[in-house]
Amino acid sequence: MPELTIDIEVLRYRPETDDEPSYQTYTVPYQDDWSVLDALNHIKDHMDGSISYRWSCHMAVCGSCGMMIDDVPHLSCKTFLRDYYPNKVKLDPLANFPIERDLVVNIEGFLEKLESVKPYLIHAPDDPLNETEYLETPAELIRFKQYTMCINCLLCYSACPEFALDPDFTGPAALTLAHRYNVDARDQGTAERTRIMNTEKGVWPCMFVGACSEVCPKQVDPAAAVQQIKVASVFDWYKSLLPFQDGE
Amino acid sequence: MEVIKTDIAIVGAGGGGLRSAIAIAEQNPDLSIALISKVYPMRSHTVAAEGGAAAVAQEHDSIDYHFHDTVAGGDWLTDQDVVQYFVEHAHEELVQLEHWGCPWSRKPDGHVNVRAFGGMKIERTWFAADKTGFHILHTLFQTSMKYPSINRFDEYFSVDLMVEDGRCQGVVAIEVSTGIMRLFLAKAVIMATGGAGRVFRFNTNGSIVAGDGMGMALRAGAPLRDMEFVQYHPTALPGTGILMTEACRGEGGILTNKEGHRYLQDYGMGPPDPWPRNKAMELGPRDRISQAFWHERQKGNTIKMRYGDVVNLDLTHLGEKHLKERLPFICELAEAYEGVNPATTPIPVRPAVHYTMGGIKTDITTATPLPGLYAVGECASIGLHGANRLGSNSLTEFMVFGREAGKYASEYARSVDISSNQDAIEKQADAVEQKIMGLLKRKDGTEKIATIRDEMTATMEEGAGIYRLDETMQQTCDKLDELRERYKKVQLDDDSSVFNTELFRTIELESMLETARAMAHSAINRKESRGSHQRIDGYETRDDENYLKHTLASYRGDDAPTIEYEDVCITTSQPAERVYGGAAEDDQDK
Repeated sequence: MPELTIDIEVLRYRPETDDEPSYQTYTVPYQDDWSVLDALNHIKDHMDGSISYRWSCHMAVCGSCGMMIDDVPHLSCKTFLRDYYPNKVKLDPLANFPIERDLVVNIEGFLEKLESVKPYLIHAPDDPLNETEYLETPAELIRFKQYTMCINCLLCYSACPEFALDPDFTGPAALTLAHRYNVDARDQGTAERTRIMNTEKGVWPCMFVGACSEVCPKQVDPAAAVQQIKVASVFDWYKSLLPFQDGE
Repeated sequence: MEVIKTDIAIVGAGGGGLRSAIAIAEQNPDLSIALISKVYPMRSHTVAAEGGAAAVAQEHDSIDYHFHDTVAGGDWLTDQDVVQYFVEHAHEELVQLEHWGCPWSRKPDGHVNVRAFGGMKIERTWFAADKTGFHILHTLFQTSMKYPSINRFDEYFSVDLMVEDGRCQGVVAIEVSTGIMRLFLAKAVIMATGGAGRVFRFNTNGSIVAGDGMGMALRAGAPLRDMEFVQYHPTALPGTGILMTEACRGEGGILTNKEGHRYLQDYGMGPPDPWPRNKAMELGPRDRISQAFWHERQKGNTIKMRYGDVVNLDLTHLGEKHLKERLPFICELAEAYEGVNPATTPIPVRPAVHYTMGGIKTDITTATPLPGLYAVGECASIGLHGANRLGSNSLTEFMVFGREAGKYASEYARSVDISSNQDAIEKQADAVEQKIMGLLKRKDGTEKIATIRDEMTATMEEGAGIYRLDETMQQTCDKLDELRERYKKVQLDDDSSVFNTELFRTIELESMLETARAMAHSAINRKESRGSHQRIDGYETRDDENYLKHTLASYRGDDAPTIEYEDVCITTSQPAERVYGGAAEDDQDK
């Protein structure tokens, strides 16, 4: 029986030599248990060492290997050739990000956004840490646990229509991680974060299309997090109109 | 070459690098830190750790028990002063993670929950479901953003350490996005570069776990210690090597052969009931369980599948609800990569290389013999794991000793100045650049890196696997020599500067070959069986008379590494027989 094969069409762009991106097609052996990443590794090892993409864990947790697969953002390590065969598979870098080279995009903007929302527990200066752990019931844990599951793969940014229009939009993953700390009972930093998120680059551009949650490979549901931030922000805004504030 | 001056350079931004950086930033906020990583910190392989982190947490447990489990688990090749320090400080470091927001799984009363793990007498493994490493890494990474003195250099690929005046004074790294090389001049350098599992064919490690930090340290003159001790994790998926955490067994999972028999009872770890039972059967140590698989395969008791022989990891009796709560990631991975629902069908598994017990030799302060160079985590050999690491000790290790690395590297950095002989260091850096340019510009190379890498991983599996023979180890040593020669003629397809991943894989391969060589030569010279180093060529037993010693492998260029030995630190626990199963209970009753 002749060996089965499948075509992988890859966007190539080498900024030092290419004026613009173009597609290159590689015919690779078809194996029903191969992921798209396995096919790329086969190409890199045996056909063309010059093709560039990010990957590491091959178990859908390091978040490196996101790309557009037939125009939909996926983790390439957890997307399988069998779901495309016998058709070809088209690979592009994650949409909405600047292309660095081939399937590699520049994600520096995300790192800046993440840092801007203060993704860490904030305590009042006069609140010394306990000797032992803070108590936290399973019910309290469940309030934020889902939002800790973000692997920063950035598929949600590729799916987000608002981020496509405005690269400065804080975006689903960074907002979700901000919310993760806001709803953590151990945290006292909500006010600081709300100041950052309650802006024209914060939560408000989100049109609640929900594409982010659809493509999230970890079922984090960023759309829900963003809506919860909006509700909390509106609540804070009404509270600010009340005549008597706390402590006054 | 552009020079970046910093007080302390940290190479690697996984658990060890981040914990060290935070320790420096908190205790010495005036010291500048360059945190250099070849990947974005959240991609580091700490992310893939699943089961948990060990620290005594229950009333009926004690640090003495944790000490003894670790020392015996390591077959007495642990340094007991290091183990003592570790067990004493484990709890406070895991509480520290809690204070930084780590979402530890909880008991109904709100306290952190613990689970059973292999080789541990009492349940003391803190867990965040089955993504503990992921949560610890993201907690540390996000927390690190608080500190202005931590200057991150994400996607900077470190190539070589700079040594001048007999001390380590920096590192040369390539900015991945541009190919531009930069010299980081530092008063102290901390290596936190992780393990070397990718030198083996079957492994649970990510592509970045290439031993490059070990290779860099070796070339700079720091010895690697106990490299023959390589941990096979007994339960990985057969094709991909994806880890099925030991927590599967901690939660009550069992291992069965093709007859449905719980075969571990035939290898000194029974009786099988009552189950689950600590330090017995499937909760034995990893070395013993992987070795039992090997014997089962010899006897024809394993199951033949597409990617070789497997046994069954059976979780079906635990129930879907429990699995979804405690092992959701395992359910996801088994379903996606093996097409198996663990609630209804056993998962096929086989042993795969998981962890390098050895590494860059350090003392209890994380200092290497090369002044100014510190090392922490899997890349280091501080003496905690001996001949076999207990699961859940390594996440705690980088917390406890990451803080120490930060402290002692800071002290050292305050005691020295940046070299007056900067010209000499820049010359070294230029030589590194020439070496890299040579790789990129070469036109007459004849070797492919994938070919050399595949032959290396195959020969390591053959000669340095679960059981070892003098003859095959010698073949592996010879093969590695051959591959080192062939590496000199490697030809890249890619000569570009921007994100040239082929170049980075090539530089890693050089370090992998050196690391593999240190493993193979350390193994052939240890003429005994201890922990994960098991021989079947006349050296089947432990020989404390001659080999209650650490192995030191030093770099000698083209010549084989020099192998020397040094004493193990023994304080209170004299070497004894390692016992598990029913015998362990008898032992405790004494």
